[in-house]
Amino acid sequence: MTKGFMPKENHQILFTKNRLKMSKVTVVIDGRKIVADTDETILEVAKNNGIEILTMCHLKGITDVGACRLCIVELEGSPRLFSACTTHVADNMVVTTNSERIKRYQRITTELFFAERNHMCAVCVSNGACELQNLGYKVGMEAIRYPHLFPQCDVDTSHDFFVMDHNRCISCTRCVRVCAEVEGAYNWDVMNRGYHIRIISDFNTPWGESTTCTSCGKCVQACPTGALWSKSIVQGQQSKHPEMITELVERRSMKL
Amino acid sequence: MNRFDFKNIVQAEKAKEQNAHTKNKILVCCGAGCISSGSEDVLKKLQEEIKNRELEDVEIIPTGCMGPCNQGPLVKFNPRNTIYQKVDCTNIGEVVKSQIVDKKPLEDMLLFAESREKPFVNANEDPYYKKQMKIALKDCGDVHPERIEDYLLHDGYKALDKALFEMSPEDVIAEMKHSRLRGRGGAGYPTGLKWETVYRYVNDPKYVICNGDEGDPGAFMDRSVLEGNPHRVLEGMTIAAYAIGASKGFAYIRGEYPLAIKRFEMAIRQAKKMGVLGARILGTDFSFDVEVRIGAGAFVCGEETALIASIEGKRGTPRPRPPYPAESGLWGKPTLINNVETMASVAPIILNGGEWYSEIGTAKSAGTKVFALAGKINHAGLIEVPMGTTLREIVFDIGGGIQGGGQFKAAQTGGPSGGCIPVEHLDVKMDYEELMKLGSIMGSGGLIVMDETSDMVDVARFFMEFCVDESCGKCVPCRVGTKMMHDLLQKVCENKATQLDIERLEELAVYVKECSLCGLGGSAPNPLLSTLRHFRHEYDERVHAERKSSNLIH
Repeated sequence: MTKGFMPKENHQILFTKNRLKMSKVTVVIDGRKIVADTDETILEVAKNNGIEILTMCHLKGITDVGACRLCIVELEGSPRLFSACTTHVADNMVVTTNSERIKRYQRITTELFFAERNHMCAVCVSNGACELQNLGYKVGMEAIRYPHLFPQCDVDTSHDFFVMDHNRCISCTRCVRVCAEVEGAYNWDVMNRGYHIRIISDFNTPWGESTTCTSCGKCVQACPTGALWSKSIVQGQQSKHPEMITELVERRSMKL
Repeated sequence: MNRFDFKNIVQAEKAKEQNAHTKNKILVCCGAGCISSGSEDVLKKLQEEIKNRELEDVEIIPTGCMGPCNQGPLVKFNPRNTIYQKVDCTNIGEVVKSQIVDKKPLEDMLLFAESREKPFVNANEDPYYKKQMKIALKDCGDVHPERIEDYLLHDGYKALDKALFEMSPEDVIAEMKHSRLRGRGGAGYPTGLKWETVYRYVNDPKYVICNGDEGDPGAFMDRSVLEGNPHRVLEGMTIAAYAIGASKGFAYIRGEYPLAIKRFEMAIRQAKKMGVLGARILGTDFSFDVEVRIGAGAFVCGEETALIASIEGKRGTPRPRPPYPAESGLWGKPTLINNVETMASVAPIILNGGEWYSEIGTAKSAGTKVFALAGKINHAGLIEVPMGTTLREIVFDIGGGIQGGGQFKAAQTGGPSGGCIPVEHLDVKMDYEELMKLGSIMGSGGLIVMDETSDMVDVARFFMEFCVDESCGKCVPCRVGTKMMHDLLQKVCENKATQLDIERLEELAVYVKECSLCGLGGSAPNPLLSTLRHFRHEYDERVHAERKSSNLIH
């Protein structure tokens, strides 16, 4: 996790000792002056202040990886784009979350998500409760301008209660992180590189034969799309509650 | 072993060398290039030959890369510095006879005999070597890479001795900053500044990593340095560790370089025995240990955060920066990562001073750079030139021009992260800034020369295919974007693209460049963008061709 934004010119302010000390800083997000803590990320600060930043691989309660590139923001003084979920705020940081450039890029990202695998909402269990579908509405996606890749993906139905449909997977790795960090079972992992990337159970064994899976179902709740769903659910009936993961993590850390 | 013992050993070695200074030395190139063209057999045959002829004052030394790899196997005769090319088991006897017994060089087989009117008996007088300046590669091709004693003769570990006993860590960093050395891995971040940043973080233990995961197609300088002079890299790492206060180092070498791994591990063992590595180096309180980690073949593991993940035993995928490894790297500790070539440049800088190094090269890029010449060029191989040498000098004076007398069309620098330099910019001064202006990058130093038969769209497609294969799949722009761009380029190559496809390509290229998580995606569109910029007509021709053919059908 990132502990602070590092301006290239100034190397003096960033020593670990100073970093660990939490202090108040002022940041400007989309023209609004906001007071924030240094241990907060740009995403957290924005969310607490009612500024919406689109996310996909982010789920509060598990480690952020900055992989989906939807939460990219512009920082004044840097030509690079930064992922809001992994960049911590620093004093006098000027953040732009809604420029034309960012909106355009978010739309391309969404289109690429849809074009990568077989996302057919009409026949999907998560139709109506899908974060990817919502994202499409939010960015105003009317058509996918890129050719669909339509890869041949498996559907793993070997588990007693759940199904893994790789056709709907967007490789956000939320299931992987939830399984490792919240459940501690380490059932899920990632295989292959590039666009051949696949989420696997154990050492690429069928999910039903997994020796690590506890059948807790947290991955199903964390999954933003219809890639993971409960058996005996029909089209459009799967509801997802990723916020239960956040709640669970928060309650665990509560002092009684 | 303390400093006194070490100095005695060095002196004893030097005395031994002086007593035998009249001796003939035959150096056989045993770099990976020459080995693959049969230099190990030549070495065996040569040893037999010397035995049969009962020549006594001859010493045979297998060495690292000598440079012109496609002329191999190369055999060098010292002290006259005569290099013979394309030596094999059938003609080595003849070479030995004329060179050592008759003392008359065999002109037909001298280096570049076919392209020079009169080949040079002393190879250093050949323009190929004359135009070069060897710092990182200095002892490559002269020392026995598997003997530390040979390295000691070439001022080996003298810089370490100087750093440990005459300089404080701050002095070492100041010297590095003064040298203006920039990271040779590609990005060109000032090395001294990086060292200082790591030095200033108070968090123990700190780590030093040497990045030898050289993955660019057509680049092989790290390999040659590691194979030719592993002790130089080890010395650089030890000096870096002393400067930043690290006690543990890792050399991450890709698994495709078994010889480099073998020789580097051998170097570590020898250095420990000699007391220049391990606990209480040269009797001081400074201890430093190095371990080799072998890369499993992923290109992305050359990216520093992915490399760190790989060493930690995790899946080799990058993570967003900041925090930079200088603050939170290996196991969350401050970590210094430098490329092999950067590490190899450290010892000469400490020995000769930062001032000396900063005077070489251009105003913004100091020192020398190793380039791996490949493609349609006569003298393919490894060269080292001062920064600011023009591309023309590299291709025509050193590289000997285009194969078969063809026309120069473009030079591709920086591998899949770089771009193409067209013929109009043949006089570009090769340094970080100038190449950036042309839409290319210095990269690790691969330089692929193309002639008029090369199809630039296909070149862009080839490099994109490489990036599709090597993308780790973590972030969307790189995972899907490169695949989309590749498919569109494929369409252009097949003359099926429309103008709209070219516009989409351009849009995607800028998107992938700006949005990707790491440097792989961030630079993957560079070959496409630079060919679009300099060879737009080749794209347009294909689009037009498609239109014409469709007109015919209607």
